[in-house]
Amino acid sequence: MEIKNTAIAGTLESSDIQIMLSQGNNGIEIELESEVKAKFGAQINAVITETLKQYEIENAKVKAVDKGALDCVIKARTITVAQRALGIADQPAWEVF
Amino acid sequence: MKNNVQRELPEDLMKQYNYQPYESTEIGEPVYQKVAPKVKVSTGDDKYSESLAEIVKKTVKDGMTISFHHHFRNGDYVVNKVMRLIIDNGIKDLTIAPSSLTGAMNDILIEAIQKGTVTNITSSGMRGSLGEFVSHGGMENPVIFRSHGGRARAIEEGSIKIDVAFLGVPNADKLGNANGMYGKAVFGSLGYALMDAQYAQQVVLLTDNVVPYPNTPASIKQTQVDYVVKVDAVGDPDKIGSGATRFTKDPKELKIAQSVNEVIVNSPYFKDGFSFQTGSGGAALAVTRYLRQAMLDNQIKASFALGGITKPTTDLLEEGLVGRVMDVQDFDKGAAESMHSNQMHQEIDASWYADPYNKGAMVDQLDVAILSALEIDTHFNVNVMSGSDGVIRGAIGGHQDAANAKLTIISSPLTRGRLATVVPEVTTVVTPGDSIDVLVTEYGIAINPARKDLQEAFKDLPGLPIYTIEELQKKAEKIVGTPAPIEYNDRTVALIEYRDGTIIDSIKEVK
Repeated sequence: MEIKNTAIAGTLESSDIQIMLSQGNNGIEIELESEVKAKFGAQINAVITETLKQYEIENAKVKAVDKGALDCVIKARTITVAQRALGIADQPAWEVF
Repeated sequence: MKNNVQRELPEDLMKQYNYQPYESTEIGEPVYQKVAPKVKVSTGDDKYSESLAEIVKKTVKDGMTISFHHHFRNGDYVVNKVMRLIIDNGIKDLTIAPSSLTGAMNDILIEAIQKGTVTNITSSGMRGSLGEFVSHGGMENPVIFRSHGGRARAIEEGSIKIDVAFLGVPNADKLGNANGMYGKAVFGSLGYALMDAQYAQQVVLLTDNVVPYPNTPASIKQTQVDYVVKVDAVGDPDKIGSGATRFTKDPKELKIAQSVNEVIVNSPYFKDGFSFQTGSGGAALAVTRYLRQAMLDNQIKASFALGGITKPTTDLLEEGLVGRVMDVQDFDKGAAESMHSNQMHQEIDASWYADPYNKGAMVDQLDVAILSALEIDTHFNVNVMSGSDGVIRGAIGGHQDAANAKLTIISSPLTRGRLATVVPEVTTVVTPGDSIDVLVTEYGIAINPARKDLQEAFKDLPGLPIYTIEELQKKAEKIVGTPAPIEYNDRTVALIEYRDGTIIDSIKEVK
C-alpha cells in the first residue's frame, strides 16, 4: 500500500519505541537507534519489516528510536504508525493484529 | 588457559604480569611479608604549602604510581586539579591507582592517556566515557580491576606500590591531622584513603579548610603526611552523596525488597546478634526498612552493620536495633553526620573491612550480605563490571569481599528493559558463584544447589516461589528474546583480579 503522509507513533519512555514512517523508494530502509542494538538490532528490524509487509508496504523510510521495547510493543507501535501513515487509522486492519 | 569459573585467560598477559588463574574462594593461611613505606624524616614544620603546582612538581616524576581516593565520588575536584598540573608538566608513563573512579574525572584521564602521561590504571571500576574509551582499545596496557579488599591486599603485599598519594580532605591542620567529618565537602568515613595514608611513600593532603593544630579526631595522622596543600575547593558537596535518601515507590523494587527480607528472616542466621551489609540502591534501602520491622516484631538486634553506610542504617543504630556501625564509606550526608555524633559508629579502613590477607577482616564475620548484579548466570557467577554490550561500566566495589558472608543474597530484577539479568553466561565474571547463596527476583528466588540447608529452610514459604536458576534464566529469555552474541577483538583491555590476586576474568576490546 501507498504511504500517504509521514506519521509517528510511540514515545521515548523506557521500554517503548518511537517509530516514524515516511515515503521511500528503495525497499524498507530502517534507521535504528537503540541501546540494545548490538544484541537485538536484527530482531527489532525483523519485527518492523514483518509488520509493515502485512500492510503490503514495500517501500518506506523508518526511523526508530528504541528504549528497550519488547517485540509485542514494537509490533504494536509499528501497526499504529502504519495505520496513521496509510491514512486508515479509523479502519483497523484486524487481520494484522 | 582456563580458570575454575571456566574463563579463558590471555596466556601472554598472565605470564607477563605473573598472574595465577582463579581457583577457589578459600584463601587458606598463607604467610607473607607486608611492605612498609620509605620515610623522609621531618619535624613537620615545612609541610604546609599554598601552591599545589609546587608540590606536584616536587613529588611527581616519570614512571611513578600515584593514587587518589574516591570518597568525593561525583563531586571530586582533586583528581582534576592534580592531573591538570601533571599533564602540563609533561610527565610520562604514570600508573594511577585510585580506590575507584567516578565520572567526574573521565575527560582529564582520557587526555592523560592520550598524551602518554598515564599508561597504566588499577581501580575498582570506571564508568561513562572512560569505560567506553578503554573498552574500545584506548589504552595499550590492560586496566587491572580490584575489589576494595583486593586493593588493600595489593597495597599491603606490595603489588601496588604508591609513590605519591594525593588525598583530598574537608579539614586538616598544617601538619596533616585530618578527618572526613567536618567542613564543606564532608563525606564521613575515610576508609579507602586510610590505606594510601599508611602505605604511600609520600602523602600529600589537599584541603580547602585549614584548621588550628592539633586537629581531632585524626583519621589520617601527621606521622603519615609529607605535605598539606591549601586549595580553593576539594569537592562539590552537592555531588558527593545522594542527598536525602528517598524511599522507593517502585512496586518491583518493593516486591524484591520484601522477598529479600523474607529470605533473611526465615534463614538460620536471623537471630539475636546477627550482622549484615546492604548496598545503597533503591531495593537495598527498602530491605533495611522491612528488616527493621522484622527485628522489632521478633525482638532481635543486630551486632553490627558493615560496609557502605546510609542513613536508614544509622537510624537503626540510633534506635538501638544495631549495636555498631562499621563504616568504610558513607553514601549520604546523614550517615556521614552519624559518624561524629555516635560513638558506636566506627570508621574502618579497607583492610579491616575486607582485605583477605590480614589477621582477620570484618567481611569474614558477616552473616548476611545483600548485593546487586548487572548479570548473574546459571552457575550463580555475578557480573557488576561490564554492560551487556561488553563495555566497562561498573565497579567491583566490595562485591567479591562481602560475598563471603554466610548468607549472600543477590537482589536483582529478572530483566531490565530488554536485557535479561539472569543469563546463561555472564559477560564478565567478577564474583564467583561459589560465594553466592540466593538470588532474589520479583518472580521468585533461586537457591544455590550447594546450599541444601537453605533449600530446606525456604521450602513451603508462602509468597516466596522457588525456582531453579535455569528456570529463571529461561523465564527471562522468554520475555526479552534471545540476544545476538557480542563481538570482540582479540586484544585484552582489562584483567579482573579476584580478592586474593588471582585472575577471575578478562575483558576484551569490543568491535
